[in-house]
Parts: sequence; structure tokens; C-alpha cells
Amino acid sequence: MKHEATAALPKAVPEKTAPATAPAPVPPPVTPPERASGGRHGSRWTPWLYLAPALVVLAALLVYPIYQLGLISFLEYTQAQVSGGEPTTFKGLGNYRTLFSDSQFWEVLLATVVFAAACVVTTLGVGCALAVLLTRVRALPRLALMLAALGAWATPAVTGSTVWVFLFDPDHGPVNRMLGLGDFSWTYGRHSAFALVLFEVVWCSFPFVMVTVYAGIKAIPSEVLEAASLDGASQWRTWRSVIAPMLRPILIVVTIQSIIWDFKVFTQIYVMTAGGGIAGQNLVLNVYAYQKAFASSQYSLGSAIGIVMLLILLTVTLVYLRLMRRQGEEL
Amino acid sequence: MKLRSRIAAPVAAFVLAGLTATACAPQTAANDASKDEKSGTLRVWLFQEVNNDPKKKVVDQAIAAFTQQHGDAEVEVEYIPVETRAQRIKAAFNDPKSAPDLIEYGNTDTAGYVKDGGLADISKEFGDWAEAKDTDPTATRSVTVGGKVYGAPFFVGVRALYYRTDVFTELGLQPPKTQAELVSTAKRIRQAKPELYGIAVGGAYTYGAMPFIWANGGELAEESGGTYTSAIDSAAARKGIETYTSLFGDDNCPAAKCAAMGGNATVTAFASGTAAMAIGGDFSHQAVEAGAVKGKYAVVPLPGVKEGEIAPAFAGGNNIGVLKSSTHRTLAVDLMKRFAGKDAQRGLFDAMGFLPTYTDVRAEVAKKDPFVEPFVRTLAAGTKFVPASSGWGQIDASTVLPTMFQEIVSGKKDVAAASGDAAKKMNTAFSDAG
Repeated sequence: MKHEATAALPKAVPEKTAPATAPAPVPPPVTPPERASGGRHGSRWTPWLYLAPALVVLAALLVYPIYQLGLISFLEYTQAQVSGGEPTTFKGLGNYRTLFSDSQFWEVLLATVVFAAACVVTTLGVGCALAVLLTRVRALPRLALMLAALGAWATPAVTGSTVWVFLFDPDHGPVNRMLGLGDFSWTYGRHSAFALVLFEVVWCSFPFVMVTVYAGIKAIPSEVLEAASLDGASQWRTWRSVIAPMLRPILIVVTIQSIIWDFKVFTQIYVMTAGGGIAGQNLVLNVYAYQKAFASSQYSLGSAIGIVMLLILLTVTLVYLRLMRRQGEEL
Repeated sequence: MKLRSRIAAPVAAFVLAGLTATACAPQTAANDASKDEKSGTLRVWLFQEVNNDPKKKVVDQAIAAFTQQHGDAEVEVEYIPVETRAQRIKAAFNDPKSAPDLIEYGNTDTAGYVKDGGLADISKEFGDWAEAKDTDPTATRSVTVGGKVYGAPFFVGVRALYYRTDVFTELGLQPPKTQAELVSTAKRIRQAKPELYGIAVGGAYTYGAMPFIWANGGELAEESGGTYTSAIDSAAARKGIETYTSLFGDDNCPAAKCAAMGGNATVTAFASGTAAMAIGGDFSHQAVEAGAVKGKYAVVPLPGVKEGEIAPAFAGGNNIGVLKSSTHRTLAVDLMKRFAGKDAQRGLFDAMGFLPTYTDVRAEVAKKDPFVEPFVRTLAAGTKFVPASSGWGQIDASTVLPTMFQEIVSGKKDVAAASGDAAKKMNTAFSDAG
């Protein structure tokens, strides 16, 4: 505030005094730079001033926790330190060293990446296909599909996971009975357990993709689509050459969202595979971090995993945005 | 807008946030009490049981006797749910102001809580307490860490073999007398009655599996000079692991279903009538009575390797401890003696069926109730306890042993590889614990 006032003053004063004193050509070289710099100064800080309230909230809600997370990841901080049984000590990169030398971490990381990629691809595929379907069907089936999707969307993750586990229960589940699988246990094998969780994740996250993409398609001028169909473009061709390029900004947002969500999957794995599956075969990073940080009270190691996840997601997002921008798309 | 200012401002914001934040390093609570007040309110946390009223009556009686002696003291009891006890007790250690003076806790948590700095050392009071002389040595060990006593045993829990009398009569079987017989009996039942598990076992049922390791002469860990080293991969322990994991399979308890089961799931399977045998505790009595098998079952001690032997059971149970942060230490210790004393334990057995920790009281109640006889016999034959290291809490929480059993029964690793990996993880936890 103070800065603003002093910057504004020199601007106002010379303007009034300059014509009054003398028409001599001496003062102008002195005043214009000052006026110019004062003006630029003001415009440089004004946006930040307006942004300040939002930035303060963001800093308090985002930066501070991340800062704490980072700080804890460099300390020896377990339950004994929290409750004062032992002093907190600085460990440097010790937690990261422990983490990176743990072969289980690399296994879990690989599983997380593959699982998240499968989830993203399937979710986008299903979501986009159903969005296109929505534009092609009559009002009543569209309403039914919308309601079903919104129902899936509105279901809390814990409830959804529990219901899915029950549906696929080896003894009482209707799915096994319908498919004639007998007492096949979905959660026993590593791949079948991941597949089961993938179905649930896709089920609860495709509605977001579907609704967003559907809204995007609706916003495409009908003349363009008409022109495409007049040119004899097939359904697939229309999607690939007309709709998808026009939807690119939306698809980018939806993809990044999905990557972040699916990389951070927690509830589904935790509930459906009972905390990581038989002998930890279905652990993903987030559940692994939880097991380390909270189940066994190694808060500092859990924080280190959190920081690693944060960096991975930031990198993925930045690389993705970069790729998109290079293709000439400004978000 | 120029790139420089675009970057500069967020950076400035970060730095600013960083500067204000450096003042707040992660918090650490101070748990050392400075006062020992002789009046006021004592706060107590006890576990909420499924059927809590009988327990409450016994507790209220103990409190009445206590307040009669200390007129100006009041006692406030809160029954906390067992499922969330870990968070509650951690929170109590983190915030001494809202912490209770006295807590009930699971005896496997003793070493962890001591390391967390949460429990008060009451060695002197425990040593001077006349009744404590009759405490069963394993129970005393469950409150002892590094030679110091951190609480009083409240009750013990021990597991034995439940079996279906109707199924055994129908097939002309006798309760098994050795572990080999146990395995063969289980498989015979499964063969004759494929809808039943011969014996319900669980890959995550650590306390059901431990007796097999101990019966074969194995140990979880060995102590020397205060530090523990894992012995789970010793030849004797491996033999026990082999016996236990041989019970998983289509000829007894299919791995696809049983690998994920824990203790409760196996008892539930038995209670609902889908298993002919199960390893259950004296504390499982109510659950089994409430199930479909009421009146059709009996209990014998889990057999050892040779005929006539009883497999050493895990001495589970709960303790009562005084918090280090308590500002009423003397009163709290007195109240602890009331709760964990002989009178209260007698009452608790009558009300809840919890086995007393005093050998004389236990013998006395066994005469009254024949159901507890096999459990008392199991206790008398000698029980074992988990390593008294805070590392054990971490081994337990990071499911090292369930992972080992599950790796074996799902065929991912053989006994040698899985137990070797488990031993490595255990040793890391022990050395972290110092």
C-alpha cells in the first residue's frame, strides 16, 4: 500500500508543475523516465495486489502443508518424536536413501504407474465413447444414462468399493454366479485383483469425463458436424478429425485430472484389497505411503514418499502441458 | 507480462511462506508431568467391549471402593472403541493436556508406548504391591520393558482348539493329540465333507500361527544384551511355518479364500458352521455361542509336536497403565491397583469371562467354569510373548509375518525365501528401535 502511494505521487506532481514553471526543454528529460518508470511500476504490482487475497489463502492451504511435508521428510519423525519420547533429529536425505534402497518401493512405483496408465486410458476411452453415445441417442435413454453416470459419480468411494467387493464376492457375489465362475476369488490373484479395482475406478471416474466431453461436444457448432457428414465422414473419422481436435483443451484438462486422480488412488485399493492385497501384491504408492506413515507411524518416511509422488505428478503434468503447447495449443 | 516478474512473485510468496513457517517445526509434545496432585478428577480410558454393561459394573465397583478411600478424588471413565484405540492413544500422547491419567492397552503395545514416552515407570509401586506377587510370570513380562514395569496386567487371553463335536462323532474322529494328527484330521474332514474347512486358518492370523513355530522349538526373535535378532528363519521355526502353511490348500482351507483371513474371520467361519475346527481364544466364547454351532462344539488345548504336549500359546491380554503425563500419579497408581487387583479380576471373570492374570485366582475360577479349563491348562503349560522391543510394534503394523505366510501359501515364495525376507525386515525394525 505504501509503495503504491509513493509511486503515484511523482507522477501527479510533475504533470501539474511542468507547464506552470517554464516551457524550457530542460525538465522533460528528467520527468518522463520517472513518469514512465512510475507508471510501469504501478501496473506491475497492481495485478499482484488484486491476486494477494487468493495467494495468501493458497499459500496457507497449499504451500505451508507442502513445506511441512518437505521438512518432515528430512527429519527422523516417528510416534516417539511426536509424543516427546525421543528428540527430533535431522536426518538429511536419510529417509530418501531408505526409500530408494527399498526394492518394494520400486515394485510399488512400477505397479502404480502401470495401473494408473491403464485406469486413465480406460476411463478416457469409456468416458469419450459414452459422451459420443449421449449425443446420438434419444432423450429418454440419454436421461437414463446420465442418471446412472451421476449415480456412480455421487457414490462415495468407500461405499462404491464395498459394494463392488460384495458383487464380486466368491461365495455370495452375483457376478460370479452370472458368469459361472464358481468360487473364483478375484482378490487372490494379483492381476485379477488389480482388474477388479480398475473396473471400480473406471466406474466411479468415467462420469466426469463423459459429462465434460459431452458438454464440449454440445458446444461444437452443428454446421461443422453437418459439413463433415455431408462430406461422408464416418463416425470414427468425424471424432478423430473434427470433434477431438476441437475438444483438445477439454481433453487435456480431463487427461491431467485423470492422471492425477488415478495415480493417487487410495480408497479403492485400501478397501477392496484389504490394505494392499495378499502379501502386499496390490500396493500402490498412496497406500504404501499410508502404511508407512500412519499404520507403522514412520511419519518422516511417509512424507518422503509424499514428496516423491508430488514431484512425479508435477513432472508428468508439466511435460504433458509442454507437449500440448508445442503442438500450438494455448490453454 | 515479463517472465521475470511472473516467476519472481510466486517465488517471493514461497519464500515469505517459508519464513513464517520456519517458526513452526513439526510439533513435539512434552509428556513429563511436573505435578502429583492428591485431589481432583482422574480420567480413565477403558476399551469398549461388544457387551459392555457387565464390564462397567465391575469397573464401577472398583471405583466406588477407590473413592471411599480417597474422598476428594473423582473418577471419570470413558469407554473407547477398540478399532480406533491406536489413533486415540497416539493422540493422547501428542496432547498431554487432553490425555487421560490411566489407560487400558493391548499388551503387545507395551514396548511401543514406552518408546513413545507415553507410559510411566511404576516398577517401585508394582514391586511393593502385595497382590502382584501372584502374577503369572508371562503376564509380568508383558508389562516389562528393559527391566522396568510400565503397568499392571488386567487380564490374559489365550487361544486353544475349538472343534465341532457333531462332525467328529459323525466321522468317528478323536480330537487331535499331535500337530501331525491335526493336519491329517483336518484333511480327512475336508475330504468327507467338502463344504467344510477341516480347520479354518488365516494367512493374516499371526497369533494362530505362532504356536506352530513355538511347538517346533522355534522363536520369533532372540534377545542378547537388550537387542533382538530375528529367529523366524531358523530351521526349527521353518518347520513350524511349514506345518501351518500346509493347512492352506484345496484339501483343507483353499488359499484363494484363507490367505487373506485374519483371526476374526476364522472364528466367524467356525461360528457360522463352515469349519470343523478353528484356533480361537477364550475371548471368542461369546462370538461362538452366538453362532450356528452353539451346543455342538468343545475346546481342547492346541496339541504340540509330540503326544501329550501342548503347543505354547501366545499370552495375549490387556494391561492397565499410568500415563507419564498424568498430574495425579499417586492416585492413578492406586486406582490402577483397584482395577487390576484380585477382586476386580474375579469380578471381571464372572462378568466377561476374561481370564485373571493371577495364578491363584485363575485356578480358583477354573473350578467354577469348566469352559475355561482347556485355556487354563494351556496357560499352565507355559505361554510365550512377543519380543519386548518397540520394533515389534512396527513389525506388527507393517504386517511382516502375515506377508510371509501369504507369500508362502499363495506360492510366491518358498518357506526358506519368505522367512529369510521376513527375518531381514524384522532385523531392520529391531535395529531401528535401538
